[in-house]
Amino acid sequence: MSAVTADQAMPRTPLARAAYGEKDLRSMGFLVVLWLCLAFGILVLAVLLVTTFLDGRERMDGELFTNYTSQIAPETAGARAAILGTAWVILTTALLAIPIGVAAASYLEEFASTRSRFARFVELNVQNLAAVPAIIYGMLAAAAAVAVGIPRNTVIAGGIALALLILPVVIVATREALRAVPQEIRQASLALGATPMQTLARQTLPAAVPGIATGTILALSRAMGEAAPLLLLGGLVFVKFDPNGFLSGFTTMPIQIFDWAARSQVEFQQLAAAASILLLVLVILLNGVAIIIRNKYATAR
Amino acid sequence: MDTGRIQASESPRAVLGCTDVSVYYGDFRAVNEVTMDIGVHEVTALIGPSGCGKSTVLRSLNRMNDLIPGSRVTGTVAYHGQDIYGKDVDPIEVRRRIGMVFQKPNPFPKSIYDNVAYGPKVTGMKVSSMDDVVEESLRGAALWDEVKDKLKQSAYGLSGGQQQRLCIARTIAVKPEVILMDEPCSALDPIATARIEDLMMELKKDYTIVIVTHNMQQAARVADRTAFFTAEAAEGHGDRTGHLVEFDLTTKIFSNPSDNRTEDYISGRFG
Repeated sequence: MSAVTADQAMPRTPLARAAYGEKDLRSMGFLVVLWLCLAFGILVLAVLLVTTFLDGRERMDGELFTNYTSQIAPETAGARAAILGTAWVILTTALLAIPIGVAAASYLEEFASTRSRFARFVELNVQNLAAVPAIIYGMLAAAAAVAVGIPRNTVIAGGIALALLILPVVIVATREALRAVPQEIRQASLALGATPMQTLARQTLPAAVPGIATGTILALSRAMGEAAPLLLLGGLVFVKFDPNGFLSGFTTMPIQIFDWAARSQVEFQQLAAAASILLLVLVILLNGVAIIIRNKYATAR
Repeated sequence: MDTGRIQASESPRAVLGCTDVSVYYGDFRAVNEVTMDIGVHEVTALIGPSGCGKSTVLRSLNRMNDLIPGSRVTGTVAYHGQDIYGKDVDPIEVRRRIGMVFQKPNPFPKSIYDNVAYGPKVTGMKVSSMDDVVEESLRGAALWDEVKDKLKQSAYGLSGGQQQRLCIARTIAVKPEVILMDEPCSALDPIATARIEDLMMELKKDYTIVIVTHNMQQAARVADRTAFFTAEAAEGHGDRTGHLVEFDLTTKIFSNPSDNRTEDYISGRFG
């Protein structure tokens, strides 16, 4: 087989459909396998969505948004504290992860020499961070919070844990986006007498914003569904107040769902399903925003 | 064979003087010991076959080579007598005085206006009216009449030739003394090329221009002086090192070159 020469591989008339092309039996077989894999994935997802929706449809009401959780009256309990808590924690995560992630990526991509030991050390660490189990970040954030003397079950501690979790994703996405900015743009800027910093701030980063935004939003939507690191922070599951600052206690939707799903009453099971649907919708909305940003810039070019 | 300097009598004041300039990329010596002067208000063309180091030499004149990891320059490039590779020299300052236009038009993904205003803004030039600077620069690059009604539109909407003139406008907006052009017409059609060449003749009244070109006719048309480079295998290994063969008045290079290799090249026998 290895002796197939270019001569044989080329069809005699260049426009003829190759005999071994997509209609070949093996190719067709492989295509069917691919389709089955795809169908299996979609089927599992569909079953999950439909059953969750059926379980939770009775509780997809206003009270889900307005009421706090309640042991006495589970039939009217809601996820108000969890929704607000998720908003607070994700906001904190974004405020921490985006500046640090973009700065780290800019350093690695634009300033660090590939031969610099420090840069290689940072790069290795970023790769390692990506491989750390989520729960470890919870332990780290808890330790950090205690070390600086703030309670670990606070918004800021949760933000730190989730920011650490998504930092590698933000860094990788930002590096990819910066790498996609044509070298000519940097050269043009530098040739006009701009400093490397000005070039980064006024040309390279703005040109990379769509890529950075897409990657970051996807990372944030992942963080939104994360429960493990937050549980380690001493998971407040029974919050009956609105979080009101970085040092406020909090719960988030995944933690709330985790708690509800573990209870035996049917009402709580329904609540868990309803809150899951809400969480899914939020994540889909965020991903939608990411796609819109990407498409908008794809057509603008 | 005297590869070197033009006789004092025919040489005007030099803005840039290269003395024994060699450029290395890592251990590889790309260009060996170039010595030549760039005359003020002249167009100097660097010609030669691919890989002869002419672009490398051009980039070493405003320290754009610094941006390539592992590159190193020995010898001196004197700008009004001061070595631009001296210890206390800021490459940013060098590039503000010695601008560059690239092979492929590379406008910023911004409006036409912002493209021109970018240089004066980042270099902190004190301008009484940015609008005037933009107009003056676009007029200087013979582009004003074509774009005056769409200054706020994206530069990407312009044709390739217009984009390249915008890049020239952008460069002259920071009022450099020297403009380096790296094959500025190689991505353009003959009409756009002719316009850029006309522009160069205009620009040399105010600026000193160094141009790298693959097009010998272009060098013959626009350049006052021409430097011919070629590459030869270095002793011991297969890497080809570029060097300056001959540097003289363009008329002399094209009519009566003193080196056989120059004659072979310009008559189309190799390269």
